[in-house]
This record gives sequence, C-alpha cells and structure tokens, in this order.
Amino acid sequence: MTTLASPLGRLRWTFTDGLTLVGRELGRLRQEPGQIVAALIFPAVMVVLFGYVFGSAIRVPGGGDYREYLMPGLFAMVTFSAWLSVMTRTAGDASRGVMDRFRSMPMARLAVPFGQTGADLLTGLLMLAIMVGAGLLVGWQPHHGLIPTAQAFLLMIVLRYALSWVGVYVGLAVKNEQVADAMVPLGLPFTMLSNAFVPTGGMPGWLRFLADWNPVSALTAASRELFGNPGVPSGDLAWPLAHPVAAVLLWSAALLAVFVPLSLRAYTRRGR
Amino acid sequence: MADPIVVAEGLHKSFGDTHALRGLDLSVPRGAVCGVLGPNGAGKTTAVRILATLSDPDAGHARIAGFDVVRDAGEVRARIGLAGQYAAVDDKLTGRGNLRMFARLYHLSRREAHRRADELLERFGLMDAADRPVTGYSGGMRRRLDLITSLILRPEVLFLDEPTTGLDPRSRGEIWSSVRELVADGTTVLLTTQYLDEADQLADDIAVVDHGRVIATGTPDELKATIGDRLDVVLEDPAALPPAATVLNNLAGAEPAATGADRLSVALPGGGLRLADIVRELDRAGIAAADVRLRRPTLDEVFLRLTDRKEAVR
Ligand SMILES: Nc1ncnc2c1ncn2[C@@H]1O[C@H](COP(=O)(O)OP(=O)(O)OP(=O)(O)O)[C@@H](O)[C@H]1O
Ligand SMILES: [Mg+2]
Repeated sequence: MTTLASPLGRLRWTFTDGLTLVGRELGRLRQEPGQIVAALIFPAVMVVLFGYVFGSAIRVPGGGDYREYLMPGLFAMVTFSAWLSVMTRTAGDASRGVMDRFRSMPMARLAVPFGQTGADLLTGLLMLAIMVGAGLLVGWQPHHGLIPTAQAFLLMIVLRYALSWVGVYVGLAVKNEQVADAMVPLGLPFTMLSNAFVPTGGMPGWLRFLADWNPVSALTAASRELFGNPGVPSGDLAWPLAHPVAAVLLWSAALLAVFVPLSLRAYTRRGR
Repeated sequence: MADPIVVAEGLHKSFGDTHALRGLDLSVPRGAVCGVLGPNGAGKTTAVRILATLSDPDAGHARIAGFDVVRDAGEVRARIGLAGQYAAVDDKLTGRGNLRMFARLYHLSRREAHRRADELLERFGLMDAADRPVTGYSGGMRRRLDLITSLILRPEVLFLDEPTTGLDPRSRGEIWSSVRELVADGTTVLLTTQYLDEADQLADDIAVVDHGRVIATGTPDELKATIGDRLDVVLEDPAALPPAATVLNNLAGAEPAATGADRLSVALPGGGLRLADIVRELDRAGIAAADVRLRRPTLDEVFLRLTDRKEAVR
C-alpha cells in the first residue's frame, strides 16, 4: 500500500489503477461469454440487414455499390455506441454503491473514469476489428492505400474516446441504472439521422440541416473519403461535410474539452 | 481512556430543505464498537458518509485517527473500511474476482492481492462460492462479501451501515460473529442499525440519534438504567385489572400500561421498591397475582421512550 503523496506517484497510480479497472471489464466479459457472442453477431446482422435489405432499394448518389457506401456508416454507428455503453456501466456502478466504494478507497481519484474509458477503447477496437472482417466478407474494401486507411480508423478511435467521456458524465449525472437503460434506444435515431445509411440530399431542409451537422455524418463522410468508398458528396455542402476530417477532430476536441472536466468534477464532488 | 479514534463535532448537513444533521457529536474510543441507533431518516447514513469521506459536512469537523475527513481525506481513506447499506460489489465478477480487483486497487501487489483474497474467503466461509459470479449469491453471502471487501487493508476503523438489514437470523448471526472477530483483532467498529438487539449484542457504547442529533449516549446498561426497571404483573382474574392498576399507580407514581387482558406493565422509579413490597400491597387489596416480575427494560423500550420524548419537546 502506498499513499498518493508525490504528483509522480499519483500519476503512476492513476495509470496502474486504471489498468486494474480495464482488467475488471475483461473479467466481466469472461463471466459473460454471451456478450462476446453478441458482439460478434451484431455487426454481421447489421451488415446483412442494411447491406442487403436497404441496399436493394437505395441508389448511391454518383453510383457505386451500396455495401461499399454502407460500411463507413456502420463503422460510425459502432463508434457512437461508445457513449451509451460507458453511460450504462457508469450508472450501474453509481446506483449499486460500487462507485462509493471506489471513492472511499485510497486509490487514485481519476483512475475510475480513465479506467472506464480505457476499457471501452479496448472493446471498441475489438468491435471495429469484427466489423472490418464482416465488411471484407461482403465486398467492402479501402481503395486509397495504407496511410489513409489508418487515418480513417484513427479518427474513429479518437472520436470514440471522446464520446466515452460523454458517457462517463451522463452516467454519473443520472446515477440510476434503469434510467440509463431507458436512454439506450435513443442512440438509434441519433445514428439514423445522418448520412450513414442514406444520402441526406433528399431530406426536407430542417432535417437535412440536423443530419449534415450530426457528428455521425462527419465521421461517415471522412471515412468514405479516406477509404475511397462511394458517396462522397459534391456541390454546395454544409461545412462539416466539406471538411469532414477537420470536423471530426474538432468534434473530438470539443467533447473532450467539455466532458473530461465535467466528469472529473462530478466524480470527485462530495456534496451528496 | 486513550484518545478517541473517531471524533465528530457539531456536524451539520442539509439537502435542500431537509436538515439531515443538526450538530451531531460523536466520539468512539479505539477498539470499541459504537452502535448508532435511530429511526428512519434520523441521519445515520448521512453521518457515516461524512465520516467515510464520501460527503462533506456543511459545518463542523470530523477526524479519524487524528486526520480531518475533509482536509486529509487520503489519509482517512487508507485507514477505514466501509460496508454500506447495500452490497457494493461487482455482480458480474466472481467473489474471488471482486476481492482481487479491490485488493489491487488498494495497491497490494498481484501476489499479495491473491493471497489476501484467499485468506479472507477462507476465514469468512466463502471459499466454496469463490469462483461463482456474485449474481448467484444469496443476500447473506453478498453482504458477507461486501463486508470482507472492506477488510482487505485491515482497517483501523470499520463503518457498517445497517449490515444485517434484510438478512435472515442465521445470516445475521454470521455477520455478528464476523464483527466480533474483527473487534478481537483490535478494529474499531461504528455500526448503524435499526435492530436494537443487534446493538445490545455487539455494541460497547450506543449513541441514539434522532433528527440529526445525538440525544443519548451510554452503554446498553446505562441507557436501560436511565428509564428504570419495569414491573410486569400477570393477574389470575382479568376482572381485577382496574383495581390492580390503581395499586401499581400508587406504588410507581406512573400510569401502568395494560399489555394484555390480564397483565400490566409499569416503569418503576430508580430503586426503592422491592418485589416483596409490591406483592404485599397487591395482597392487601385482595388481588391474586399469577406472576409478579421485576426486570430491566429492553433497549426497544429505551429507544421508544427516548425518541418519543424528543418528539414531545419539539
Ligand atoms: N442525497 C440526498 N438528497 C436529499 N435528501 C437526502 C439525501 N440523503 C439523505 N437525505 C435526507 O436526509 C435525512 C437523513 O437521511 P439518512 O439517510 O441519513 O437517514 P438514516 O438515519 O440513514 O435513515 P434509514 O434508517 O432509513 O437508513 C432524510 O430525511 C433523508 O430523506
Ligand atoms: Mg440509512
């Protein structure tokens, strides 16, 4: 046992404790192999459902294969699941008193949110890898070589990490597992209201505005561009779609700048 | 007596309009078991949360082993264990997995964490269930796991907030014996409870809390002595109840309560009355008693009396 006297010691323990909490998530997965199976099946179901069901009816603007068009949207969808899963985890810990136990222990204060977001990053990477596999199976592939491909995945990871901090904050704020569970279905309309599955061109003006400025759209557009997949829009575009890579980076920076301090404050607050 | 290890002075805490604590004072000597009793909403949990550094008081101070719970929270956390009102363990992990994780978070080395987890599981009878996920545990097992999780560091002070609420008598007994063992090791325990027999069984000292303040303190015996002995009389003939009540009223100087069709109970003023006097007076009035008994009051009676009187004063 060590107290957290020096700043350097504190940093080290934040890191070590964070890793312990990442290990906790892996331990939970081991107890629930069903979750892994679900995580494996989910992308496959999405690819088949959207790729073949929607794909039979939707024409990609500027031509091209719908499944090639679709995969960047599914990558974005998986990325945006981050805040929901972190939110339910955090709210669960808060409502069951596990968070209070952490807070009554002489551990690094910031380790809990860092551990939680770090663990989510691992599960996120796993889900992305499975999604890539499913995509390759149905004929999707990146066309612009290694560096742009790596850049696209890097963008997804950066945004995912930023989104997981939104989850920490919302989870700490609702503090109630049932409420958190009830919020999960909200994730779907949020992803649908974008260019991920259908082009935004045909939407009514106000809806199109929302969809164009939805960060899901920016991420989707950025990866279409970097992968060289069809559906890269042209003409008179909203700013985030004209500069999707910059938009994703700005979104990530803004989310981190707002939600990291908010979460840390909510976690260390001792009013209640 | 040695310096008290837990000290609270004038703690105040409000939630909106609710004054949960209004000047709570508390002092627990090292190695003692202090029972905090109080009705629902008295402020017990609020006080424990402040002492365990989870919440800051609006006013007042508290120290654990000399460290201030607000300014030196880190030092305090290294010396306490907390088992809250519900079992704060990870349902999805096994019992062993929980203990290992928390031990690592207490900064034990990996080897030490594994050893300590096994030691605690063995000592508190959870070894058989060690590798099952906690979801499948009974309420009592879960509580016990929660309790031993707070023992990983061998805390100097252990806070138990209603450790046996909702448990069957057998599980309660198990928790009680665990607590006794800890106390034998020298741990100081502060325990809140609504079960007075629990306080009677475990506590050296009792603090009765109501409306955010301590309204009485003392050993269980001292508290019982404050309200005097009780006299219970069982009559042979229920019809003799009214005259018997008059006799007892004269003797005790207080209105006796009918505790059944044929029985009366009354609190006696401290000392002075002997059983023989009572029997003689009843006899002189021509009342046949099947049973006359002097006894110490139960803690329940003390508790009801104390919290009642407070109500009347307000
Ligand atoms: N987080 C909170 N927000 C608002 N009010 C609160 C909060 N916590 C406690 N209270 C109020 O403060 C008062 C004291 O509550 P506390 O939980 O300390 O009582 P208690 O003695 O532990 O009761 P119980 O025996 O029911 O556990 C109650 O009136 C309660 O409603
Ligand atoms: Mg309580």
